[in-house]
Amino acid sequence: MSRIHDMGGRLGTGAVDPQDGYDFAEAKDWHKRALALNVACGFLGQWNIDASRHARELLDPQEYMAFSYYEKWMGGLADLMVDRGVVTAGELASGQAAGVSPVAERAAKPETVEAVLMNGSPYTRDGDAPKLAVGTKVKTRRITRNVTVPGGHTRLPAYAAGAVGEVVLQHGAHVFPDSNAHFKGEAAEPLYAVRFTAQELWGEEADPRDEVVLDLWQSYLESEQ
Amino acid sequence: MPHDHDHPHSHLPSDPALRVKALETLLTDKGLVDPAALDAIIDLYQNKIGPQNGAKVVAKMWSDADFHKRMIDDPMPTLQEMGLYGRQGEHMVFVENTDDVHNMVVCTLCSCYPWPLLGIPPGWYKSDAYRARAVREPRVVLAEFGVTLPEGKKVRVWDSTAEVRYLVVPQRPSGTDGMSEEELAALVTRDSMIGTGLAQEPGA
Repeated sequence: MSRIHDMGGRLGTGAVDPQDGYDFAEAKDWHKRALALNVACGFLGQWNIDASRHARELLDPQEYMAFSYYEKWMGGLADLMVDRGVVTAGELASGQAAGVSPVAERAAKPETVEAVLMNGSPYTRDGDAPKLAVGTKVKTRRITRNVTVPGGHTRLPAYAAGAVGEVVLQHGAHVFPDSNAHFKGEAAEPLYAVRFTAQELWGEEADPRDEVVLDLWQSYLESEQ
Repeated sequence: MPHDHDHPHSHLPSDPALRVKALETLLTDKGLVDPAALDAIIDLYQNKIGPQNGAKVVAKMWSDADFHKRMIDDPMPTLQEMGLYGRQGEHMVFVENTDDVHNMVVCTLCSCYPWPLLGIPPGWYKSDAYRARAVREPRVVLAEFGVTLPEGKKVRVWDSTAEVRYLVVPQRPSGTDGMSEEELAALVTRDSMIGTGLAQEPGA
């Protein structure tokens, strides 16, 4: 099985409320502050986006379900900062800083932060040419798992594990989260959009016309041809 | 990486607002965070970036065949020129609704969303219910948004599992011939670009 964050297809979650939290301008102050703190701490260069996602995935399942969205972000951030040695558990507990951090010079600056964010952070890399042409039938790994780090980060949802689909787009070589989240290098791999029929994923209860498309890295896939 | 059953965040206050404040204060004292930079980040995502950006692109795609072709073939150079680029929008793909296909976007694993074009995602997009059900029963979810599709239309759901960000191009409503791009953009709602809504009819 996968971790608690892997939500696709879970039953019993209730209705979606289209009015919930519609406008960021109307969000609670602490939500805005939590978002900004997470974004700003990324500037310190002590982790990457995949590691920050994995930190949230490692929250205790009971906490993951009980926490609101930005509580998950704050929990993941605090855990990651201690794990990367940016702050200590003692500092978190006491609220007292033991001196200025050696990476303080990297902190986001008010006068440049907007330009840096607007400058983006692309995830495409020079890498191997794709082996799978558009139209190729492929089967995904079953079960979903990180094959080099037990219990590690991966982006193949459980609901699409072991399913047969068809390559519909080639996205080029992208940073591989299963490696990058664990600071084992970017290890870029060809990334594809793969289309599955809804019935392949959900059985006969799904509408026979419908489809689900996922972005999947080459090593998650094997050719069925 | 943090490890299972090793959760330093439990040292922080449990009240979320106090937790954020405690962390901000500690990080400020360590020189890792400048509160004025946090203000600038909030200002950017609250006041400068939002669904009006995506609506401008959709309206232009409806109006300008050459622009439409660029958005479908290779959108990033043009989006960069327009200043509609940045974190969480580096790799955009536009998926168009037609008479035969309705597209819808979700992130089942977290909350991936095209920030430069749509801003910060609404609460429901990040909810367990939407993440769980959009891929499994999209037509039921659409009904909760008040959307009923014509008989025979296919639903194609895009699960954002990588750093590619998908934006739905809704169908142009009838009765909009001769409208300016600005007038058209006013019909393009945030939900219509996620696929949980349709573009508004003029005068609606």
